[in-house]
Amino acid sequence: MGQYLLRRLLISIPVLLGITIGTFGIINLAPGDPVAAMISPEAAASLGPDWVKQQREALGLNKPLPVRYALWLKEVAQGNLGFSLKDRQPINQKVLERIGPTLKLMSTALIISLVLAIPLGILSAIKQYSLIDYLATIAGFAAISIPSFFLGLAAIYVFSLKLGWLPSSGMNTVGGTASLLDSSKHLILPAVVLGLAEAAPLIRYTRSSMLEVIRQDYVNTARAKGLAERTVIWRHALRNALIPLITIVALNLPRLLGGAVIIEAIFAWPGMGTLAITAVQGRDYPVIMAINLITAVLILLSNLLADLCYAIVDPRIKYS
Amino acid sequence: MAESTQQSTPKTPSEAQQPPPQSGLAIGPATRSRRTSVWGRFRHHKVALIGLTILAILTIAALGASWIGQDPLKTNISAYRKPPSAAHILGTDSSGRDVFSRLIHAGRVSLSVGLVAVAIYTTIGVVLGALAGFYGGWVDSLIMRLADIVLAFPTLILIITIVSILGPSIYNVMLVIGLLGWPSIARIVRGLFLTLREREFILAGRTIGAPNSRLIFRHILPNALAPVIVAATFGMAGAILLEAGLSFLGLGVQPPTPSWGNMLTDAQSLTVLESMPWLWIPPGIAIALAVLAINFIGDGLRDALDPYLLR
Repeated sequence: MGQYLLRRLLISIPVLLGITIGTFGIINLAPGDPVAAMISPEAAASLGPDWVKQQREALGLNKPLPVRYALWLKEVAQGNLGFSLKDRQPINQKVLERIGPTLKLMSTALIISLVLAIPLGILSAIKQYSLIDYLATIAGFAAISIPSFFLGLAAIYVFSLKLGWLPSSGMNTVGGTASLLDSSKHLILPAVVLGLAEAAPLIRYTRSSMLEVIRQDYVNTARAKGLAERTVIWRHALRNALIPLITIVALNLPRLLGGAVIIEAIFAWPGMGTLAITAVQGRDYPVIMAINLITAVLILLSNLLADLCYAIVDPRIKYS
Repeated sequence: MAESTQQSTPKTPSEAQQPPPQSGLAIGPATRSRRTSVWGRFRHHKVALIGLTILAILTIAALGASWIGQDPLKTNISAYRKPPSAAHILGTDSSGRDVFSRLIHAGRVSLSVGLVAVAIYTTIGVVLGALAGFYGGWVDSLIMRLADIVLAFPTLILIITIVSILGPSIYNVMLVIGLLGWPSIARIVRGLFLTLREREFILAGRTIGAPNSRLIFRHILPNALAPVIVAATFGMAGAILLEAGLSFLGLGVQPPTPSWGNMLTDAQSLTVLESMPWLWIPPGIAIALAVLAINFIGDGLRDALDPYLLR
């Protein structure tokens, strides 16, 4: 296990480096000179080309690309993501402000999707080819096929505009006192819409995993020794059927995050997604790259964590 | 565990379900009887047939858009956001353009973005997966680590980044989705190649001195195509959704060219959302129908090709 962990960490190093090279490469693909981006063309003209050259040297932009990559990597490794081109704010601070809301949205959505998907998946497996199995399959297909932004708009239309039950945007009522009730109300629509899209593949995986497990010998043994069907399913089969879900959830994280970007845009949720979109629209490349880097590293870490959980939960798995 | 599940090399290539081993070296592209039997099974998959019908209707509407509808770009200020009427069966948009005509023209754009993007990444995925699985060793490690890197980025965020650098346009969207989608296909193909390359018919091929390129493309690849076709079908559904999402955010197909995604952009305003449902419900339904139809077809293909899927 220790050896496996070590090997797994070692494999992550080239991937991590690859992520930083990719990130840095893309920054440098961006058109326009960073110095030119900092000042207006008129100012650049009046200050003269010498000044621009000086600034480039001061910023280290005249150094060859690999050297700049090394310098940048050193800063990133020390936790300095740089500064926004727009308002000169440190990116670390921006990201810290925004990551909380996104994690809140994503984790709530994930919980909703699990609460929906696991019982539905199990029901369709133990009642294979029944009406409920059929309905769950149809619902799953619908949930992966309806674009989340359309579902989000429809949810706002029905629940905010027509019924007036829930707010349509933001995390809290503007100007209102922040209360748990208020923020929960704001969370419901975006989290449910995001969770529904996420639940669809989970239903399918739970179902097929459960179908596989209930055909195992030990399940027959449990039945043979006279245990109630409920005990067989919930205590014996379920535990093993859920193991593969750890991986599925981990592998779906990038998708969930992508979904969060769109959901945040629709519900004006002040998270990483809206930060990314504002940065993209304002061509604020350092911010965009920081977001790419952070999300990629988070995903890499969560995959690693999922692998470890997997080994802990399932002692049958021997890593060599 | 990513190691064990994702790259799950097919465990039981159940021999019984394999196409009958024809005389030694001649195992090549699909034979006629195989093709008819796949269609035979597909035909009995009701859901898949429904999907095929819906997709056919959408495709015909998209192809015939110029004849069926009006000019999707013709603006008419006096017809600003008019509700559905006889002249405009789905009403008009904020520039007085006919929503129905835009909808069917958008179908062209959205369906072709899906098709081209998937064609690009399936090609890349098949080639890289084949190389990794056939040669193994450092080629395999290099390609698979590259796949890990691409998979570590949240696709949507990476795509909006690249699109923002290249500039949003229909071709850049096709290109970027195409360049980033390959890892899933490459993993499938690699897994199949790992088992197929050990089979007797490949050994036979080597024995008579067939070059690697012939072994890869004439002998192994045709046997690995079924899962690729299924994955590419589901991939097309995903690509259409992705394009719609990007265009919705204003980072994909640019107006005035209509795409199902950018037709919904207007609905981000609560006024439009609340009182002009004809502007946003039709394109939303169009996307859902197209994606659902393609997913249904994928499901049918998976069942129909089942004997050929080395799962």
